[in-house]
Order: sequence, then structure tokens, then C-alpha cells
Amino acid sequence: MLEIKWFRDVDEALRQAKAAGKPVLLDFSAAPT
Amino acid sequence: MYPDERVMSFITNNFIPVKVHVRSQREVFDRFNALWTPTQLILDENGTERHRIEGFLPVEDFLAQLELGLGKLAFDGKNYIEAEHHFRSICEEHPMAGAAPEACYWAGVSAYKATNAPDPLRETAGLLSRRYPESEWARKASVWG
Repeated sequence: MLEIKWFRDVDEALRQAKAAGKPVLLDFSAAPT
Repeated sequence: MYPDERVMSFITNNFIPVKVHVRSQREVFDRFNALWTPTQLILDENGTERHRIEGFLPVEDFLAQLELGLGKLAFDGKNYIEAEHHFRSICEEHPMAGAAPEACYWAGVSAYKATNAPDPLRETAGLLSRRYPESEWARKASVWG
């Protein structure tokens, strides 16, 4: 089953986005973890 | 939304995804002025916000909103052909989604910006008046008809 590999660090994700040439999707949640 | 295979596949293929939780990352909510959950932001690779989705959406609507964000990202970068592709995809593949009238509108604008030919605007006005006559996007496009 496919699973999303979520980043937790926004700035690290932005670095990855620049390297990958992809936008960032920030998901703000209050759901139980 | 996320257990849906299409949503997971779309996110994995198109985005660097980040999960921010209200309990442990309150400062990130403040940094991006996120005042409600769920909220999703699409940021370009420089960290500039290009699209905001607030509140829960069913799968079809959510997929359409994600694609709308990609369209806006391309449009803001003046990549009008790519933008039209994203907007048109919503217009044709998710015609019942809440974002569809807006997407059809911007598909027409993108086609116009790519070609400078007025036909796409007239066609868009016609499509919106037929398919979504009550939408504000049909009213916005009415000047092109």
C-alpha cells in the first residue's frame, strides 16, 4: 500500500523542494496522531 | 482524504509533503498564519504561498484543489501552457468539484495568455454560462461572451 512520506521540518522540506523542483504541500492538522 | 490511493499518489508525485500538527508545532501555524484545521498550503520552491485550502473536502474536491494549486503555481510563473493543462484537467476530469468553475475560467485565461487570441475567452464564457450559470466565475466571464 502506498504511503505518503511526510516531512516534519518545513525548512528541510523547502531545501528538498528546491533540489527536486517540486512545490511543497504543507498540511496543518489537529487530528489525533 | 489521505487513505485514498488517488490522493496519496497525486501528493507523492507532485509535492514535497510536510505534516504540521497543532499540538507540537504551534510556531509553524503562526509562521504561515494558519488559523484553522485542516488547512493545506501549496508553496513554491522559494517558500512563497501560491494556494490555500481551508476546511475538510471530499476526495474529488480535494484532488481538484490540489490541481488548482499546481495551475496557479504555473500561472504565477507565467508558464501558461502548463497552467492551462492543470486548469483544463480539473474542468474536464472533475466537473462536479467545487473548484471546477474557477478552473475553467483560468483555463481560458491561460489559453488567452499563451496565444493572445481572444477565442478561448469567448469559448470559456460560453462553457461557464452553460455548465455553471449560477457561479460567480460565469458572471466574471460574461464580459467575454
